[in-house]
Amino acid sequence: MTHYKEMIPERPAPHRSIGPLAWLRTNLFSGPVNTLVTLAGIVLLYWLLVPTIQWAVIDANWLGSNPEDCTSAGACWVFIHARIGQFIYGLYPSEEIWRINIVFILFTGFITWLGVPGLPYKRGVAIVTLLVFPIIAYLLLHGGYFGLPRVSTHRWGGLTLTLILAVVGMVAALPIGIILALGRRSSMPIVRSVCVIFIEFWRGAPLITILFMASVMLPLFLPAGVGIDRLIRALVGITLFQSAYMAEVVRGGLQAIPQGQEEAAAALGMSYWKRMGLIVLPQALKMMIPGIVNTFISLFKDTTLVMIIGLFDLLGIVQAALSDSRWLGFDVEGYVFAAFVFWVFCFSMSRYSQYLERRLHTGH
Amino acid sequence: MNEQATTAASNTSRMIEMRGLNKWYGDFHVLRDIYLEVERGERIVICGPSGSGKSTLIRCINHLEEFQKGDLTVGRLPMTRDIKRIEQIRRQVGMVFQHFNLFPHLTVLENCCISPIWVQKKPRQEAEAQAMQYLERVQIAEQALKYPGQLSGGQQQRVAIARSLCMHPDVMLFDEPTSALDPEMIKEVLDVMVELAHEGMTMLCVTHEMGFAKTVADRVIFMDQGQIIEENAPDRFFSDPQSERTQLFLSQILGH
Repeated sequence: MTHYKEMIPERPAPHRSIGPLAWLRTNLFSGPVNTLVTLAGIVLLYWLLVPTIQWAVIDANWLGSNPEDCTSAGACWVFIHARIGQFIYGLYPSEEIWRINIVFILFTGFITWLGVPGLPYKRGVAIVTLLVFPIIAYLLLHGGYFGLPRVSTHRWGGLTLTLILAVVGMVAALPIGIILALGRRSSMPIVRSVCVIFIEFWRGAPLITILFMASVMLPLFLPAGVGIDRLIRALVGITLFQSAYMAEVVRGGLQAIPQGQEEAAAALGMSYWKRMGLIVLPQALKMMIPGIVNTFISLFKDTTLVMIIGLFDLLGIVQAALSDSRWLGFDVEGYVFAAFVFWVFCFSMSRYSQYLERRLHTGH
Repeated sequence: MNEQATTAASNTSRMIEMRGLNKWYGDFHVLRDIYLEVERGERIVICGPSGSGKSTLIRCINHLEEFQKGDLTVGRLPMTRDIKRIEQIRRQVGMVFQHFNLFPHLTVLENCCISPIWVQKKPRQEAEAQAMQYLERVQIAEQALKYPGQLSGGQQQRVAIARSLCMHPDVMLFDEPTSALDPEMIKEVLDVMVELAHEGMTMLCVTHEMGFAKTVADRVIFMDQGQIIEENAPDRFFSDPQSERTQLFLSQILGH
């Protein structure tokens, strides 16, 4: 007896009726325990959010320029408002602030150009951003050339300083980290040991110690009369510290790439640097985006530690403003503001990295 | 004078020459005294039980594995540990892997162009035109702009073959090219390999596809425990295996 079946025609999937009510029932009130947890959550949220909003928005004082303008029970944002220039530009002379603004605008422009897909000349813009922009930024910020008055680094501060520390740290730490990670995987024993020692040394010491050493110890070893700018010392310390962390993130990514990829590239006659640059690193970097951004975010927040060597980053300058005798007692406002600014930057980095991950996914 | 001429002639027709190749992994002796000569245009199938050293043997030819003792000549070039020499030899030797090893971050077309552009310094347009030609030959040109992750195993392996051919190799090495494929995809890859053989490509294939060995191989080599146990023309090899181990192996893979 022959036995066969006709092909069953394709049929639509059964209709799923999930309205808002059904959604609530399945997700929030599916049983006595879940119902209880949901209710407890709502109570907790209410208990936390309502006073916060009351304090920060409804009862807050927004207008004015003196401590006396803060009359109600809520937050006194007048304090932030009165000091915002200092928070952003530090002690930079006010008539020279346009220079910082130009640097900000240029930087935002370059980053946007690089970050938005579909814009032309990415490679050229990237090269300008990495090589030309730092020189322009330095000339503008530091001055002393082309008739610009010199503004020495001890007057730099606030958000400007935070961004300088973070951006220079990130941009410099990534390539150094990649080199270190490749070196650690090298088959050459000397290269490998140098990289391992470097990574473990910098990773083992707390950033505070490194900044301290850079600021207090280093001058002791330099010949008399030779001084290295405090900001430069902090930058070098942060960069080396971060590059050690970056190296380990990169190494993790490199290890995730199957051996076959490098073999296939080698079999096609590619040299070591071509295998790495064209085949292994592009894949590894894509995988490492979450790790790299995580390192960037922690670096961004770690920049606050430069306070310890007398540099006034955003948090440092907020703290300094809190001790102004005219404005005593606005600590909460100051710290909430600083936390909010840091959060906005870190959250944007995190969102952009998620977007980047989705965009670079090629289905493997 | 006359002698020189004959050696030159024999050199041009000889593609690969192994003399007393030995390799160890630590204390484990994987290749033992391998002597093998491959003429230009010859098709060789290497078979044997797993762990017999057959993959290691062909991976020595492009120095994906290093051997510790013996001499190896590819084309006219003796293999040394010099990185320039290794890269020079690799440019003449194509390789197809069991797991395809396509570059997942590049499209099919880019996979085929990347080495011609970066290693052979071909202009992009020329490299792309040539890549399309080879992709057409393995009948996958319509997928050129897809990423490897979007293709089936059989399609990926055909792309891998095209990618190797784009470098115009003198020899092609196949390392179990169909072992990772679903049964219904094996044929499409073997068809490409058979066609390649008919065009006169020098080929060394590690494979268990005995049908392929029977149709195209000039010689079948049987390896066990790091040694070449038996080597013969395919009809003799299958009809009249000499050694006991070969008989046992053949009965195991042909018996069911």
